[in-house]
Amino acid sequence: MSQKNRLDGGQIDRNHRLSFSFDGKNYSGYAGDTLASALLANDVRLMGRSFKYHRPRGVFSAGSEEPNALVELRSGARREPNTRATVAELYDGLEAQSQNRFPSLRFDVMAINDRLSSFLSAGFYYKTFMWPAAFWEKIYEPFIRRAAGLGHLSGEEDPDDYDKGFLHCDLLVIGAGPSGLVAAQTAGRAGAEVILAEEDFTFGGRLLADTGLLTDQHANDWIAEVVGELSNLPNVRLMTRTTVFGQYDHGIFGAVERVTDHLPEPPSQKPRQILWRIYAKRTLLTAGATERPITFDNNDRPGVMLAGAMRAYANRWAVAPAKEVAIFTNNDDGHRTARDLNAKGVKIAALVDSRADAPTSPEFEVLSGAKIIDSRGRLGLKSVKVRLQDGSVKDLTCGALGIAGGWNPNVHLTCHKRGRPVWNDHISAFVPVPDSDPLLRVAGAAAGLFSTHEALQSGADKTIEALKDLDISAHLPDLPQAEGAPVNIAPFWYVKGGKGRAWLDLQNDVTVKDIKLAHQEGFKSVEHVKRYTTLGMATDQGKTANLGALAILADLEGKTIPDVGTTIFRPPYTPVSIGAFAGRSRGKNFRPYRLTPSHKWAEEQGAIFVEAGNWLRAQWFPIEGETHWRQSVDREVLAVRKSVGICDVTTLGKIDVQGADAAKFLNHVYCNGFAKLPVGKTRYGLMLREDGMAMDDGTAARLAEDHFVVTTTTANAVSVFRHMEFCRQCLWPGLDVQLISTTEAWAQFAVAGPNSRQLLQKIVDPEHDISNEAFTYMACGEITICSGLRARLFRISFSGELAYEIAVPARYGDALIRRLMDVGEEFDIVPYGTEALGVLRIEKGHAAGNELNGQSTAAMLGLGRMVSQKKDSIGRVLAGRPHLMREDDYRLVGLRPVYAEDTILSGAHLMSVGDPANAKNDQGWVTSAAYSPHIGSSIALAFLKKGENRHGEVLRIVSPLDNMDIQITVTIPHFIDPEGVRLRV
Amino acid sequence: MSENLLAPLTALGKTVPVIKKIGGITISENPDLAIVSLSARMGTEQDLQNLLKPLLGACLPGPGQAQFAEDITAIWVGVHQWFLMASLSDHPDYADEINNFVTDAASVTEQSDGWAVFDITGDNLVPLLERICNLNSKAMSSGDATRCLIEHLGCLIICRESVRNFTILGPRSSAASLHHTFVTAAHSVA
Repeated sequence: MSQKNRLDGGQIDRNHRLSFSFDGKNYSGYAGDTLASALLANDVRLMGRSFKYHRPRGVFSAGSEEPNALVELRSGARREPNTRATVAELYDGLEAQSQNRFPSLRFDVMAINDRLSSFLSAGFYYKTFMWPAAFWEKIYEPFIRRAAGLGHLSGEEDPDDYDKGFLHCDLLVIGAGPSGLVAAQTAGRAGAEVILAEEDFTFGGRLLADTGLLTDQHANDWIAEVVGELSNLPNVRLMTRTTVFGQYDHGIFGAVERVTDHLPEPPSQKPRQILWRIYAKRTLLTAGATERPITFDNNDRPGVMLAGAMRAYANRWAVAPAKEVAIFTNNDDGHRTARDLNAKGVKIAALVDSRADAPTSPEFEVLSGAKIIDSRGRLGLKSVKVRLQDGSVKDLTCGALGIAGGWNPNVHLTCHKRGRPVWNDHISAFVPVPDSDPLLRVAGAAAGLFSTHEALQSGADKTIEALKDLDISAHLPDLPQAEGAPVNIAPFWYVKGGKGRAWLDLQNDVTVKDIKLAHQEGFKSVEHVKRYTTLGMATDQGKTANLGALAILADLEGKTIPDVGTTIFRPPYTPVSIGAFAGRSRGKNFRPYRLTPSHKWAEEQGAIFVEAGNWLRAQWFPIEGETHWRQSVDREVLAVRKSVGICDVTTLGKIDVQGADAAKFLNHVYCNGFAKLPVGKTRYGLMLREDGMAMDDGTAARLAEDHFVVTTTTANAVSVFRHMEFCRQCLWPGLDVQLISTTEAWAQFAVAGPNSRQLLQKIVDPEHDISNEAFTYMACGEITICSGLRARLFRISFSGELAYEIAVPARYGDALIRRLMDVGEEFDIVPYGTEALGVLRIEKGHAAGNELNGQSTAAMLGLGRMVSQKKDSIGRVLAGRPHLMREDDYRLVGLRPVYAEDTILSGAHLMSVGDPANAKNDQGWVTSAAYSPHIGSSIALAFLKKGENRHGEVLRIVSPLDNMDIQITVTIPHFIDPEGVRLRV
Repeated sequence: MSENLLAPLTALGKTVPVIKKIGGITISENPDLAIVSLSARMGTEQDLQNLLKPLLGACLPGPGQAQFAEDITAIWVGVHQWFLMASLSDHPDYADEINNFVTDAASVTEQSDGWAVFDITGDNLVPLLERICNLNSKAMSSGDATRCLIEHLGCLIICRESVRNFTILGPRSSAASLHHTFVTAAHSVA
């Protein structure tokens, strides 16, 4: 296909022709094109349909502020909706589809909405979908959701990789136009660590789009010279295709680098995009400015665009949007566009200048004091209607219209920390408050300095100033001579008196009338207007729309624009794909996982794993013939009670406590006594929070006078360690105590069951006597096993059986479980998982996480007497609060169903038989429930009011959520061996 | 520790250390590192310094620093706390060895199996390191050692040679996750 709108010149590589398709039709472009410039070159003006009314729309800008030309880029799983054609770099084979239309872009049946526009004004869905209320969830919301949005996701998994990273620098320069390039040059020469980030795929910023010399050089040559110098400096990092999208506290910026978006697909194992967190000691924002339109009736037709964009397409991409164009301006910059296009041979139908004293031109007709009041052309602009200064009306035939309403500095990043820009009358725009942020300075057009000369000068000056803060001496480089044209603008925002619709926010289809309606309905704050009308939302965040709306609001309120104020800008500056935020954290690597030392062995056994925090723990070990998890768990539980089982309990927190005051320290941390615990003994301990509630339970084993090993629950391993460090460093800094976590260092296995000692005797080296007499219940010691491997042995039990925990250095964990399984064969040893562990502890009545939920006291757990009154410990005083000592408080009890076949579920509430099931009659709740193969029925632990005095009572448990209402008998919370005989044999 | 009957596995669950070469980067699991934590007892910091100085040939390092001696490396890990590291095959009972050496001047805790150790070498590791941790790795020189999160995991990063040679210690149970991060990032920058 010919590129009929292609001009001479430009910064495209005509030797590198590229093929691409749009809506299935093939076109060609050149390397250096964007999708938008290439479509324009091929005379494609219609690129999309608007959000609400499905109005035909064409490209409006030449940058990331684009509201209209949104497409679905690529196909299959790589299809990306709402991609701005203006920043999509053309590559060979690029596929793009228009969106938000059916069946085709030229004929869209949903354009019927345009005819119904009087029903779809601002806030229509708030008014329309009110009644009947029952319709909301089933009818209205699904309908709105289906209608909303523009493009569609593929619904497939993103096949690309994303990465993330961290960068550090002295000076971050955001934007590589004239100001940014000089800033990087100034800082680079001074030896500062510099990052120059540019969202475009090439450096130069606005210089690429304009003509004019820098001294006697073409801008491109100057850019090449500066970039050449910078790329040879090891202290300067040049980053194209990188958008700094957010400013955060303490000089931290978020940036996304589009590494391979300009390729059909990323090379294998290379990321598509990288999310960078940049730590900058100082930052210079040189992000330029965005042009704004003037609003008039039917100002949204394909072919209507910003004048600066039209100039960029002509100068940079050698593209005329049409053979004949008109310009509508309120400032001198519009004349520049007309001059440049005229020089390129594009016919200027006329330049319409709202200023009565507009400069004239020998090259084209200038209509001073005139306004464009309407336009024609269903799928593309055909003509505009101009009201001349004398009131007469004239039609101008043109295929494109460039609108120049002035420029808004890109202040967005200065607002991310709640900075509010101030109004500058001279340029009729908001600018950042000078020197308001010591870490972030602003130069060039972003600071409201629009001439190239000012951009260069301020870029250098602000850099020298910023580096001075860091004691880095920098010098002003020889700046090229550049144009220094003053800004000459007469503010003019919208053409009043029109009867049609005049579009403010093209992306969200917000019109002047919508703003007026919102105002009429009482939405006067700019933030409210935004939310009511959707102005300034979605991918462009109103970059070309916001100020026009503010001007209208100001008119309606009889205020000035600065009095109306702006909405606050928040990150991200432009859309960032969710994939970039996820980075490498996806699938099973969504977060780091932790593997127990026996993981590999457990996998070989076909274990089913469960996530416990980040740990993957074996939940049960199915064997051949078992088809239901309960079969496996029941078998494991019975085997432990009958003979011996083994369970990996490495996940329990282990804290090494040493020092002359270690015992004293633990005596303060635990509510029960530890000062007199003999060496070689372990004790169960309960920690309270300062408010007297139970925090965690575990054991402390005394290995030496000045050495303990504390164990915690898996879930609280970190929080208990942090708590103990706080106690050590802040509460009792005078105690000689040293703490360090050893959770990872030891592979620890529970060996439980009546044959556990016999089993261990087969691996414990003979010099260590672990007979019942020598190694009594709650004993602990450092031993050796398997001919000399150092190990630790604790005679403690969670299951209620004779049991031990044995620990070896983690690297031997795998070998140890294999050895134990080998030598345990004669005892029919089984491995058991966390499910069986849970059943065993419920049968024994041990509290776990379900009972230690932060709302339980020691008394509730039946451990009230453990809180020693003979010493001071954390939580002791507040545990004695009258409210917590009430006799009618909850107490831990056991539950058994009256009818053995009934199943108890945790979370159910306890009521008296015959009472209505309501909150008033609630007497407690079930904390843990399991099927007990030992008992032969469901069993549970529960908190019941005055529970300790109600054993034998029959109550009901009710769970409307589970449709459960059954009778249970209250029992003591120990379903097995309440006297603890089995532990001591 | 004498020869026992059980065979150890590396942190990545293998019988031999995993070594990956990706482009110019080599990521080697190092299971032969004995690590002990050394915490000065109250008021014994100077005694500990005096005891260790002959071993290290210098004082115990300050915050953010490591001290490399002939067969021993010391790194600062907290207030009055250091890790001492040596070859595990040469020092199989390192904790006992150090404990006997420092006696009551410090609390000694075995840490060898608490960590997965990865030695990473290459001509320029800065692009890799800036993908995985929030350190200004370009500015690190030999003897810099600091704690830093990698994928939410508390790790120790030791610079053995500026830009070219780093050792990273991470929690052993998450060795596979860490290794995945290193390998993925290495492919990304290779």
